[in-house]
Formats: sequence, structure tokens, C-alpha cells
Amino acid sequence: MNQSAAAHPAPCDEDVAIRIEGLVNRFGDHTVHDGLSLCMRQGEILGVVGGSGTGKSVLMRSIIGLQKPAEGTVEVLGEMMGEPAPDGDDIRRRWGVLFQGGALFSTLTVAENVAVPLREFYPRMSEDLLAEIGCLKVALSGLPEDAAAKYPSELSGGMKKRAGLARALALDPQLLFLDEPTAGLDPIAAAGFDRLIKELHETLGLSVFLITHDLDTLHEICDRVAVLADKKVIAVGTIPELMKSDHPWIQDYFAGPRGRAALASREIKTDAAPARPAAGNPIDSHPGGEA
Amino acid sequence: MTFIPSPPDTMQTMTAPARITLEDQVDGAPRLVLSGSFLVADVAALDHDLRAIEAASVIDISALDPVDTTGAWVVFRLSRDLGAPVEGASEGAQRLIAAVNSCDDHVAIVPPELPVQVRVPETVGASVVELALGTRELLGFLGGLVVAFGGVLVSPRRLRLTALVRQMELVGVNALFIIGMMSFLVGIVIAQQGSVQLQQFGAEIYTINLTGRLAFRELGVLMTAIMVAGRSGSAFAAQIGTMKLTEEVDAMRTIGLNPMEVLVLPRVIACVVMMTLLGFYAAVVAIIGGAVLAQLGLGIPFLTFMSRIKEVVPELDLWVGLLKGPVFGLIIGLAGCYQGMKVEGNSEDVGRRTTKAVVQGIFMVIVLDAFFAIFFSKIGWI
Repeated sequence: MNQSAAAHPAPCDEDVAIRIEGLVNRFGDHTVHDGLSLCMRQGEILGVVGGSGTGKSVLMRSIIGLQKPAEGTVEVLGEMMGEPAPDGDDIRRRWGVLFQGGALFSTLTVAENVAVPLREFYPRMSEDLLAEIGCLKVALSGLPEDAAAKYPSELSGGMKKRAGLARALALDPQLLFLDEPTAGLDPIAAAGFDRLIKELHETLGLSVFLITHDLDTLHEICDRVAVLADKKVIAVGTIPELMKSDHPWIQDYFAGPRGRAALASREIKTDAAPARPAAGNPIDSHPGGEA
Repeated sequence: MTFIPSPPDTMQTMTAPARITLEDQVDGAPRLVLSGSFLVADVAALDHDLRAIEAASVIDISALDPVDTTGAWVVFRLSRDLGAPVEGASEGAQRLIAAVNSCDDHVAIVPPELPVQVRVPETVGASVVELALGTRELLGFLGGLVVAFGGVLVSPRRLRLTALVRQMELVGVNALFIIGMMSFLVGIVIAQQGSVQLQQFGAEIYTINLTGRLAFRELGVLMTAIMVAGRSGSAFAAQIGTMKLTEEVDAMRTIGLNPMEVLVLPRVIACVVMMTLLGFYAAVVAIIGGAVLAQLGLGIPFLTFMSRIKEVVPELDLWVGLLKGPVFGLIIGLAGCYQGMKVEGNSEDVGRRTTKAVVQGIFMVIVLDAFFAIFFSKIGWI
């Protein structure tokens, strides 16, 4: 407990996926981040929470290089962002990003969307293999197989998110960025999405950087949670650790009515229900049911 | 339980490159041994060789490391197609193969496309039908606009004055510089080219008649229409089209706002009014351009040019220009708003409709201009 809720996150040890130091982001006079530091380990699911306007999405954008920070350094998978990679190895091969609305290319079918990063990075890949991988990722992300040939405008919101996830997984990334993946989904679809991410995490060994407002998601799948407030990451830790913090926003967030409800439902589930099906053969157990 | 692929920086030093070996066996098909790194990058290069393998009794993947879903998929596909069991899979590889075996690779990834001999007539037919229906719909749209205009006439408070003034600024005031520039240069060109021809008869004084009448009757309003169609017609289509995509138009309807009244009417009225004014302005600037050229090139003093204009350009020419202006404005505004309201689906459609709005606007303006030319000459306004 003592290290978790402390203002200074634990020192970055060896298996670091993302290391942010002294990040400053400004829009005109408005400072969004002021000396933000964060460390994410490889193989963990890190949830990022914070009130509206605290710059969660801006944080993600500055990690993946879409927003140039005013100050500070960002290191992703051992490479400094903003500097040319030493051996021409493109860091973008090793991550996948799911934007809030899916951000699918609207003139391409879902499977073609998946093929876009593959074509970009592996121009010699045969059309047969591209089609196969397209269908594979569509199936992995839990979409029905006939969705592969559909255009984004023909998909529902939940299916768009899954299709966006399929594209994010196209290059078999080590690191996955998810921006509010369950926002706007019904509870059943949201739970399905949570399970899917958890399973992909376990099966593929992904590290996941997860921005969310969904308390159930936080309780269900996150290893650690980082709290954004006062232009900084004020605490990083597991939820029980965070709940011991006396920061008012953290208290409101986790111990408020919704936070308690999410916690209670989690406790009921772990007490009463039999242990969730362990590992085994997780992914084909729900071929696209909840979309 | 997690299977973490080793990070690529260590990968280059620690893992062997991907390798395919066929070990001949005494009886039956050879044993296929896959080893080394089987990630998406490796598989992309090896896929062709892998597809060429015709038979194998067993697929040995005990030396396969690291492997990702694409690698696992290829192993699974080989095993399925060759009917050969997989041997020696590590726990991680097993897990991945189990994860990918639900995938069916025979699903089409693009909607089926018809053969060309069917597709061409179909496309032609569809365009003809669309043209016919489109014309009818455009007329219907015009009707809707007239109804909305009537509603505003009955209760003028329903006119969106702020929006109207804003659109007038965008369509008219903001276009003053570029239209002035264009007209000035066109005036110079007309005067210069005209004077070269007329000089052959020693009649370069008629350059004034040529420039003045052409500017008021035709050029001022026609060039302005083309510029307004390019500037504002396209903007209307793109604005309204994007609002359709983001469901803003639907939101208006549910609140009880009529998009015809809120979006289309201010734009079309602004277009009609400003086209008239801009057409006149363009004609005047074109004449000034001609006068400047006449002063510099022909030695006709600027003020003489201007006072001659008053004598040689009949008032009818002014009215011809002023009558055409609002009609052209109506067509441009209508085409832009109509195409914008027709947007559906995706961002590509916004682009398509915007192009259509400009092309349709300019084309109809030129057709109508030809019609006007004959009409005015028949009624003796020459």
C-alpha cells in the first residue's frame, strides 16, 4: 500500500513497456499535463482513469506520437519516441491502437482494413495470406465471419469496436492501446469485450494500455490502474491499494455509489459463482456472440 | 500462464531464423520440421514455400520459437491441408493454435463482384435511372424549398436571420477579393485581345463597347457563377453532407427544426442575393481592368473610357446581367444543398457529392446562359 498511492510511482524496473518522464502537454495557454510520469510493465493490463478533460486521450496520443509533447520523454518498448529508430525498426510494427470510434477506413471492408497495416509493412505478403490473416483476426476479435466482407457503415457500434480491435491486432503487436473500448456498448457486449481483451492478453501475451471509465472493466481485467488528476498521474496501483489512498478524487471514484456497486458485484461473482473458466481454449468458446 | 513473445531487440540475437526442413522417412511421406522464429514477418517471406509442400506425415514444431497468431495460423493451415498432426508444440504454441482454429479462411473479404459483361450494362442502367430519379428529386427539393420560403413569407420570424447574414458573409463578402482579382484580369484580357483585332480596322475605340457590353451581359455574371459554384456550392455540399453523416440533420428533425428552413433556405437566399451583387461588382471591376489596359496600351484616358461606357452600354445590358445573377445563384445554391442532403454512408460519399454539386452547378449555369442568350435576342434585348 505504501508505495502504491504514493505520489511517486514505483521505480521503473526491467520489463518496461512504456516509460514516461516529465511529460508536459500544452494547448495554447492551457496545460493538460505538467510533469507527468508513468511506468507500465510488459505483460500487464494498465487501466488509465481520470475525470473528463484530464487528458487521458491526449496522454495516449502523446505516447503513440500523434501529439508532440512540449517537454518530457516517452519511451515505448525500449525506443525513445520522437527520435528515429536506430536500426530502422519501426516501433509502429509492434503496437496496435484502437481509437474510440473504431476509426476504420470507411471505404474498405473490415478484412481489407485489417490488411492495411500488413500491406504497409510486409509488401511481399501474398494476397492469399492477407485474406487468411484478415479472416483470422476478424474471428479472433469475436466478429461473425460474414462481417469480414462488410463495410464499416454496415456495422453496429459494438461491431465497429471489434473490427477496430481486429485491425489493431493485425501485426500481432506486443502492446495494445485501447481508448474507451467499452464506452457506448451495452453491458453484455461490454462484458464480452472485457473477456475478449483478457483472453487475448493471456493467449497472446499482450501488454494493454487501457483508457476507460468503466468501473467493471477496471475491476475485471486491469492488473494496475493509473489515476490522472491535477495534470499528473497521482497514483498507480491495484484497486485495493488505490482505495486506501486518501486523495478525494480517488475516494469519490472507487468508493462512490457506482464504484461500490462494481466492487460488490465483483465480490458476489468471486464468492458465489464457480471460478471463471480458466485459460484452456478460451477464444473459440464464443465465436462472436456478443457483438 | 502467459506466453510473452521475447522483445525483438533480444530476438535478433537469441532466436534462429525461420527454417523449413523436410526429413525423408523410410515409409510414407516426409516429416516436416519447422524451426526458428515464426512471426508475421517471417511467415510473409516463407508463405510461398510453405504452400508448395505437397505431403507430410507429421509437422514437428518443437524448435519453433517465438511464434505469433499468424505463425500459428500457418501451422494450423498446413496441418489441416496436409492432414498431418502437429507434434512438439510448446504450451504457448498450443494455446495460439487453439485460438486460431476457429477461423474459416474461405470467407470472402470483399463483397462479390459481378463479371464485366454484366457490370457495365448494370452501371449504365443504374446511372440512367439515377439521372431520371435525381432530376425528379431535385424538382421535389426545389418544391420543398419553395414551400419553406412560403412559410417564411407568411411568418417572417421563422427566417434564420443570423444564419442568413453569416452565409452572405461567407458567400459574398469573403469572395470579394478573389472575384475582383479574377474580373480585373479578365477585363484586361478582353480589352487587350479585342484591341488587337479591332486595330486592324482602325476601330480600337470599339474596345470600349466590347469590354463594357461583354462584362455586363456575360462575363461578369458567368465568371462569378463559376467562382461561387467552386467556393460556396462545394462548401454547402460538404457542410451539409458532414452534418448528415454525424446525424446533426436527424437531430434537428427530432427537435422539430426543419432542415430545409434552417440549413437550406439561408444558404440559397444568400447565394441568390450575393450572386446578383457579385455579378454586378465583377462587371464593374472587369470594366476597370479594361480601362486600365486602354490607358496603358491604347492611350485612351481612363476617364474617357468610363464616360464612353455610359454612352455605349445600353441599360438593357445591365438588366440582362442582373436578371441572370439570381437565377444562377439559385441553381448553385440548390445543387450544393441538394447534393449535401443526399449524402449517406461514409466520407467518400461527401467527396463524391461535393464534386457533383460543383459540376452540376457549373454545367447547369452554362446551359442556362446559352438559353438566356437566345431568349434575350428573341425578345429583342440585344
